[in-house]
Amino acid sequence: MPEGRLFLERRSYRLRRIMDALRMLPFLGALLWIVVPAMWPNGDDGAVPIALSTALWYVFSVWLLAITASFALWRKTRDRIDADAARSAD
Amino acid sequence: MVTLNLLIGVCLVYVAGLFLVAFLAERAALRGRGGWLLRSPLVYTLSLSIYCTAWTFYGAVGYAARSGLEYVTIYLGPSLVMIGWWWVLRRLVRIGRAQRVTSVADLISARYGKSNLLAVMVTIMAVVGVTPYIALQLQSVTLSVSIFASHEAGSGQEAQIADNAAFWVAAGLALFTVLFGTRNLNANERHHGVVIAVAVEAVVKLVALLAVGVFVVWGLSGGVSQTLERIDTSQIATWHTGGGRWTALIILSAAALVCLPRMFQVMVVENDDERHLQIASWAFPLYLMAMSLFVVPIAVVGLELMPAGTNPDLYVLTVPLSQGQNGLAMLAFLGGFSSATSMVIVATLALSTMMSNHIVMPLWLKLGETGAQQSGDVRDVVIRARRLSILLIISLGYLYYRASGGSGALAAIGLVSFGGVAQFLPALLGGIFWRGATRIGAVAGLSVGFVIWLYTMLLPSFGPDAALSAAVFDHGLLGVGLLRPEALFGITGLDPVVHAVWWSLSLNTLFFFVVSIFSFPTPLERLQGAQYVNVFDHSSGPARGWSASEGGAEDLMIMSQRILGATEAQAFFVAHALQQGRVGAPPVPTPEFVQALERELAASVGAATANAMIGQIIGGQAISVEDLMAVADESAQILEYSSQLETKSRQLTETARELSRANEKLTQLSLQKDNFLSQISHELRTPMTSIRSFSEILRDVDELRSAEKTRYASIIHSEAIRLTRLLDDLLDLSVLENGEVSLNARQVNLRVVIDQAVTTAQASSSRQIEIKRKLRAEEVDLFTDSDRLAQVFINLVTNAIKYCDASNPVLTIAVRQQEEDLIVAFIDNGSGIPPDAQSVIFEKFARLGRGEGEGAGLGLAICREIITRLGGEIRYVQKESGGSFEVRLVRTTPQVGAQRLLPA
Repeated sequence: MPEGRLFLERRSYRLRRIMDALRMLPFLGALLWIVVPAMWPNGDDGAVPIALSTALWYVFSVWLLAITASFALWRKTRDRIDADAARSAD
Repeated sequence: MVTLNLLIGVCLVYVAGLFLVAFLAERAALRGRGGWLLRSPLVYTLSLSIYCTAWTFYGAVGYAARSGLEYVTIYLGPSLVMIGWWWVLRRLVRIGRAQRVTSVADLISARYGKSNLLAVMVTIMAVVGVTPYIALQLQSVTLSVSIFASHEAGSGQEAQIADNAAFWVAAGLALFTVLFGTRNLNANERHHGVVIAVAVEAVVKLVALLAVGVFVVWGLSGGVSQTLERIDTSQIATWHTGGGRWTALIILSAAALVCLPRMFQVMVVENDDERHLQIASWAFPLYLMAMSLFVVPIAVVGLELMPAGTNPDLYVLTVPLSQGQNGLAMLAFLGGFSSATSMVIVATLALSTMMSNHIVMPLWLKLGETGAQQSGDVRDVVIRARRLSILLIISLGYLYYRASGGSGALAAIGLVSFGGVAQFLPALLGGIFWRGATRIGAVAGLSVGFVIWLYTMLLPSFGPDAALSAAVFDHGLLGVGLLRPEALFGITGLDPVVHAVWWSLSLNTLFFFVVSIFSFPTPLERLQGAQYVNVFDHSSGPARGWSASEGGAEDLMIMSQRILGATEAQAFFVAHALQQGRVGAPPVPTPEFVQALERELAASVGAATANAMIGQIIGGQAISVEDLMAVADESAQILEYSSQLETKSRQLTETARELSRANEKLTQLSLQKDNFLSQISHELRTPMTSIRSFSEILRDVDELRSAEKTRYASIIHSEAIRLTRLLDDLLDLSVLENGEVSLNARQVNLRVVIDQAVTTAQASSSRQIEIKRKLRAEEVDLFTDSDRLAQVFINLVTNAIKYCDASNPVLTIAVRQQEEDLIVAFIDNGSGIPPDAQSVIFEKFARLGRGEGEGAGLGLAICREIITRLGGEIRYVQKESGGSFEVRLVRTTPQVGAQRLLPA
């Protein structure tokens, strides 16, 4: 039945894009956690350094987002990842 | 007030509880129960929390009090690695399971051709790197005990009490690790007792830190917003971490999560199910976040409340104590105690596995006179080696603690330790992602990284004039300014951690890469490299490696019994014998079986040792020549495969061409048969018609002269003869084809046979042809049937006379000798036979269109049958001068000739 097949293809297509997201997540995390704080003014060059409470908010917000994203991706991909990982390795 | 005795009592109860939990878990696992808990992702995630040691429990607060938010890097790196589990950890866990890896040293050594040198290097580096860390845990426990002691005793007794505490804690940890860490030899099986105890401790330390945090935020500060205000007015109100240091610390802690032996132990070796890793990918960062959530508030409140000079590393304890919260302080103490003990237990377990597998066992094997083949139980040796290693490592940690005098901030020692184990990273990642990585490259990279780490990180960490003299700090090694330990190559101004991490890791990677590129791996390395890098392609693929003889099974059995235990070894052998379809007999040591056995042994004693032990027994080449050929180069494999394909397709094309040729021939034959049938009916009908007509005339016409009667009767006669000849030919052919002909072989002279044939042929033919012969060449004696041979020659000469279309027909009969054979060629000067007819002229009923209806197309078919019977061959060769029939005859002695003539 063509409708059924279309549905399945959409699903596996979606799964692959979720896998892409899964693979990209650590890079996004690195960008937000490493690159951004590394560029904050720290008082060395005379600029007013950023407040610690702000930094705290930022780091922990990113953390919470990363955990939430990781959890959501796990919910979407569990049980299917092994079967699909080999095929979508490219 | 918490008395010291109460503290010790609570500690003892807590430890006893841990022993009980571990014991119950072991027993449940032994009885096959409680799997839902023991093998749950929750326990897996909690066991990962040994990443959070006393350093993070106490030290993070101290770190935050000194450097603000910098402490959080230690948690961010691992969080990133866990969130990115798909890239590295998934691969490590799969490899660990597929190769039955027992430790990080085992993983690296197995990857690089099961090299024991590498295993020893990694083990030594791990011991050197982790020993300070173990000392750090003991130090944190004694520090925390001394806090309680100082409340009670005079200041003189504190040191004494602390030292005692360190000793008893070390002894207790050694006992626990020996009890629950060496119960089963197979390091690849989970240490359920240890894991469950570690999980319980993970909960305790998290609850303790959260409790102190909640007390500080809501109990002391009055809420979240007030706490943030306090932060903004504190000593650490602003961000002052350099970008380089921030990045270096995150990278360092990320590397440490992968490389630390204890993390490898819980993450890879103790992993039960790869799906647990997926769950840990969000659960473990959550745990880390919870652990670090209240660190800054506690630090800020501690800085505010505690008198100057108080050790900020102990704010977690001293802040509740100063507020009279003894219960909370006790909980915090237990949290720190848990962090310290769980780390020491697992780290010691991991290190002792490495030490016994890679240093003690190989030495024992080498020193033992008969090696692996002597009788007695090796298991005792392995277990004793492991227990000894545990004691040795904890003693080393204790001695280091005593020697260093508990100096230095906790965080600094932790970072030094991270820097040491991070040196494994290039060899580890290179090994699992890059097939070009070689053993020599790994050795080079590790050595360079280790030396730089020693010189720029470990030795300077003791301070000037301790391990390195102040002169070396100021002027470099041997006075060379470029070799200053904190300013290599004259680059000053870098943060010491950034400096050390940058130079050690970058030069490590560079040497690893360059040496790998210029060296060539051994076959075993290449095999392992392929298995590691392509682990998802063939993690359950066919095993290769050993070529064993049947006689080795007994010896293998004896050795396995001593390592695996008699029952397990027998079960293993029986299972494999059954797989091979053998009942009541030992399994044949096929390469697959030996490989499986090696993996099984490797789980107990490590890859390099297992390889060496099997090597002692099999004694042979670890890899067969075919394997070598197969892995010599994938390109060779691909080439081989494509050339096979090519050959096959060529064969197919060839077959197809032959088929179409055969088909063409068949079609032609069928056409000829049809033609012949119509021909033969015509041939039969023509004489039949004239016979009928003339016989009717003779019967019905009365007035016939006698001359006419004679003429008609002779026509009837000659037509009857023609019919007879036709039928004779058919009969002759049929007899020849059915092999019913009897040959009358004797010694004959070829010239005589040709003479006879030429005479007969010329006599029966009206056309004239010039015949050229070389009589001297014809003077050859043959052992054959001269009548049959003459029949063939007559046919050939007659054909030439009949069909040679030259105006002045000439037939050359040439005789030549070729080795044992004699070739008689009948060459005419006509236009020859058209190419499309050449393939069928020897077939029955074949007639060339131009024939005058003289023959029925049976002559050449008969010729071929006769010559075949005579053991020769006849073929048609188109020459420029005309057609040529070549008859190849055997010229041998009568005896051999008689044999070669086919039986009648």
